[in-house]
This record gives sequence, C-alpha cells and structure tokens, in this order.
Amino acid sequence: MGKVKDMRATYNDTLIDLAARDERIVLMEADLMNASGTVSFKNTYPERFFDMGVAEANMAGVAAGLSSVGKIPFAASFAPFASRKTYDQFFISANYAHLNVKMVGTDPGITAQVNGGTHMSFEDGGLMRNIPGLVVFEPCDNVSLEKLIQKAAEYEGCTYMRLHRKGGNIIYKAEDKFELGKGVVLRDGSDVTLVATGLVMVPEALAAADELEKEGISAAVIDMHTIKPIDRELIVKYAEKTGAFVTCENHQVVNFLGSAVAEVLVEEHPALLKRVGVQDQFGEVGKLDYLKERYGLTAANIAENARAVLKKKQ
Amino acid sequence: MDENTLQELKDTARRIRTLTIDQIGYFGVGHIGGALSIVEALTILYYHHMNIDPQNPTKRDRDQFVLSKGHAGPALYSVLADKGYFSKEWLHTLNVGGTNLPSHADMVRTPGIDMTAGSLGQGLSAAIGKALGHRIDGIDSKIYVIIGDGESNEGQVWEAAMSASHYKLNNLIAFTDYNKMQIDGYTQDIMDLDDLNAKWVGFGWNVLRVDGHSFPALNRAIRKAKEEKCRPTMIIMDTIKGKGAFFAEGNLGNHNMPFDYETAKEAIARLEKGEA
Repeated sequence: MGKVKDMRATYNDTLIDLAARDERIVLMEADLMNASGTVSFKNTYPERFFDMGVAEANMAGVAAGLSSVGKIPFAASFAPFASRKTYDQFFISANYAHLNVKMVGTDPGITAQVNGGTHMSFEDGGLMRNIPGLVVFEPCDNVSLEKLIQKAAEYEGCTYMRLHRKGGNIIYKAEDKFELGKGVVLRDGSDVTLVATGLVMVPEALAAADELEKEGISAAVIDMHTIKPIDRELIVKYAEKTGAFVTCENHQVVNFLGSAVAEVLVEEHPALLKRVGVQDQFGEVGKLDYLKERYGLTAANIAENARAVLKKKQ
Repeated sequence: MDENTLQELKDTARRIRTLTIDQIGYFGVGHIGGALSIVEALTILYYHHMNIDPQNPTKRDRDQFVLSKGHAGPALYSVLADKGYFSKEWLHTLNVGGTNLPSHADMVRTPGIDMTAGSLGQGLSAAIGKALGHRIDGIDSKIYVIIGDGESNEGQVWEAAMSASHYKLNNLIAFTDYNKMQIDGYTQDIMDLDDLNAKWVGFGWNVLRVDGHSFPALNRAIRKAKEEKCRPTMIIMDTIKGKGAFFAEGNLGNHNMPFDYETAKEAIARLEKGEA
C-alpha cells in the first residue's frame, strides 16, 4: 500500500468534488487555511472560499447567513475554537435558526500535540452533543471521511465533524457504504464489545481486540463514527450479545462517546461498561505517542479495561 | 421626498407605533423602548425602499432585513402584520405559549422574518453572510440590518465590522439605533461608545449620521447608501428610546417594562391626537 493521504487532503479533495457538482457548497476558514489544507479549494473556487481571519464567532455567524440564502457552508478551525469560540453563534444563529452549517473542528484531542493545552480540546464533542438536533461525528479513516462528508452535505441541517488533520488511515474499502447515525461492526465478538470513535482510537481498539484474542477473549469492535444521534439499536444488539463494553474516545469520557453509550445501556439493556478516554483532565504538550500513554489512550489500556469488565461479568 | 409620501410614511409610522404599544400592552410587559425607537427606520425600509412581496415571503431575489437587536421583535411584527405577512390577530398572541410571535425575532416561527436573533451581537454577521451569498449568486439586492447601541458592546460586532469592509460589501446597509440607553443605564455610563462615527469610519465603512425619526433624513441616507460602490454603509440614527409612548419615552427603565392595557390605550389615544 502506498502512503495514505493526510485526512485534511481528503477533506479538501472531497469538498472540491462536491463543489463541482453542487454550487451551494462554500468553504470558510479562520486563518487556518494552510493547517486545514484547503488552499487548493481556494484556488479552484476563489469566489466560494472565505477566509474570515482570526474571528471564529463571526465566521459561525456569517456561515449561518450564507446558509440562510441557500449556501452550504463548511467552516473549520481547530476543534477548541470551532466549538468553544463559536458556541453561542453556532447554537443560536445556525442551530436554533434551523439552518444548514457544517462546522468542522480539526486536530481534536491529543492530535493537537505540541500546540498543547490551549489547543487540546477534550470537550468540543460534548459541547456540541448538547445542541438540540445537531449531528456530531468523527471519522476514523480516509474512506469513511470522504463518504461521511458527502452524507453531511446531503443532510439538511447542522453538523459538527471532528477532523483528524495530519496523517491518514485506511480501514475501509472504497465500496463500503456509510450512514450518519449508523455504527459499523469492524469485527464481531462474543465476550466484550469495544466501541471506539475517531482515527486515534479505532485502530487502538482493533489492536486491543487482537491482543485479547491471544488470551482467548472474543472482542467485538464497533466504529461508532456518529456520536449523535447514537446508534441505539446496535448498542442494544451487542448488549444482548456480550453484556460487557469498553468505550474508547480521544475526548473526555463525559458527554461524548462513553456517556452516550452508557445512557443507552442504562435505559435499554443494562450491561457492564468501562470508559477509556480522558478522565476530567486538561491537555498538555507532547508528541502523539507520549500523549497516548499520558491519557491512557492505548490498546494496552483498552485491553486492561476489557479484562476488568469481564472479571466483573463473572 | 414629496409631501404626500412623507405624510403617508408618518401615518404608517403612527399605525406601527399603535400596533406595537397595543401588542405589548395586551401582554403586559415587553421591550417597548427599543421597539419604538426603530419605528421610522422599519417604516421607511418596509414601505419605501425594500423589494419584498408579502405574498411570496421567500422570493429569492428579495431584499432582506436582519433585526439584530431581536428584542425589538414586536415592532417588526407590527410591520409584517400590517403588510399582510400574517393576520393582525396574531399580535395578541405575543409571548403566549405556542405563539408564532416570540419576544425575539425567530425565522423558524414567523413568516417574513429573514433571520433569527436575540443573543446580541450576532445579526450583523448573519447579514454579512446573506450579502456574500447574494453576491455569489449575482442577486441585485440589499441586505439591511439594525443593531443596537448597547449591542455594540459585543466583540462580535467589531469582528463583523472588519469583515464587511474587507469583503467590500456595498450591498450591506446597516443601522445603529443610537438611543443612548442600555438595560443598566445610559450607554455613556455603562459602556461608553465614545465617538461611534469614528469607530465605523476606522473600520472602513461609509458612515452617515441622521435623525432616526426623520423620514427625509433617513431617505437621503438610504439613497446615498444604495449608490455606494465598494463599502458597506453604517447609518447611525440618533433616536429616542420609547419614542411616542408617554409612559416610556425617555424613561431609563423602558428597556423591558411592564404596563397595563389601560395605559397602552391611553398612549394610543394620545398618539392619535398627535400629543405624543
């Protein structure tokens, strides 16, 4: 296999393809065009590209205005700024007004790396999950990224995507199909279910399942790319099948994947659950490998939590 | 502006004031001050300048209006009902549970409302988005927006101000309702706007200053703004908060004040006698 494209390159290329077919697509940046990798979109469709400068709140409001006259704006910044700095504007001008803005938070969680705690968002997904009706998703590879961007563009309403920016990954085949709100079973299993989201954690969950298999533990792995609406049916199915879960997220365990899965289990089919993710902490500087260890976002920690949850099951 | 037109606009403004006072008085409390200060601006836009069709409120090439100070919704509802966007009977449903006329302007609920607003500071950005969108589509229209003076404390207003002139939005015509009062007191005492003209000039806008209750002055300013070739226009309107209601005009507590229906009726009677 050749070198996999950066996720941001897939973001840019997918939007150029979409823009060619749909004149409503416009792209917005807040002085991070180079970071988001959207220079070639700008060069291809200069009249449909708006750099709003370092002013994320205004970007969200202008996006809402563009959407109110029929455009489909994709607006990006680093995840903490696309969420914390735009929250009221995205909430009221876009979501409360039932408009159609596609907000994109790049470098989610530990992938902010050496930008450190100011740029390391473990709460953006949770903030967004609190907005009524908003679709929140986090693709784990280049194939699902492309397909889910297409689905988001087709969907009439606001969305928030956590976009892993640098580096890429191929888990899916080009012909695989995706629906927002429908998780994907990457690997079946009968003892425990690992529910993961995003490019940092889905590969770790797959590696953890391999490790557990060597010990005779059969772990299912679900790519829960859409956190809201959460795929209740799939969670219940695996609650019946395995009765034990580990959620895996590059985010606070509060109000994102772990919470969403816990809510479904408690309401529909109580099962044992451990949540791997950031435990009520701020971010800090470091390279990805250091940060994975620092916050326990590793296959080893997922496997350890799977063993712990299975022990309780017995 | 000829005498007949002027008289018609004055009569219309009196009708809009009457409907606004009646509407809020019927409910018993509301944002009367900032609603009455923009009546002349709304009147000249909706009855003299804007390309709109109440029978086809979503017509694509229409001019659009953003009431960024969304709490003045009742004044705009009076205009929209008077123009036939919906029945005047709706006006007595203001703020009643399940209504289509909530305290703050809401595009989801109310026919004729072009943008939801109410969390202050956001409407100018939305108007910029509309102006950019119409430019992409080659729609020859104007986007109008009214912001408040208290609202101008919000940082987002100035982010928006910078971006509108950067994108040379000559299809954007903004107004500041400079009634010199905000909730906690006089703007000068709470958060002084100092030289407001100079601020907008500094942000690269075409700035005009008018008496916001004078139709000839508003008309001249809007005509000038329409001729502007490469800049957005800010028309700063000197206005009186609560204008035309004897119990509210100049009253520092008029931002969101209670008043009973009898008081409303008396205010309307005085307006009709030309006493206000």
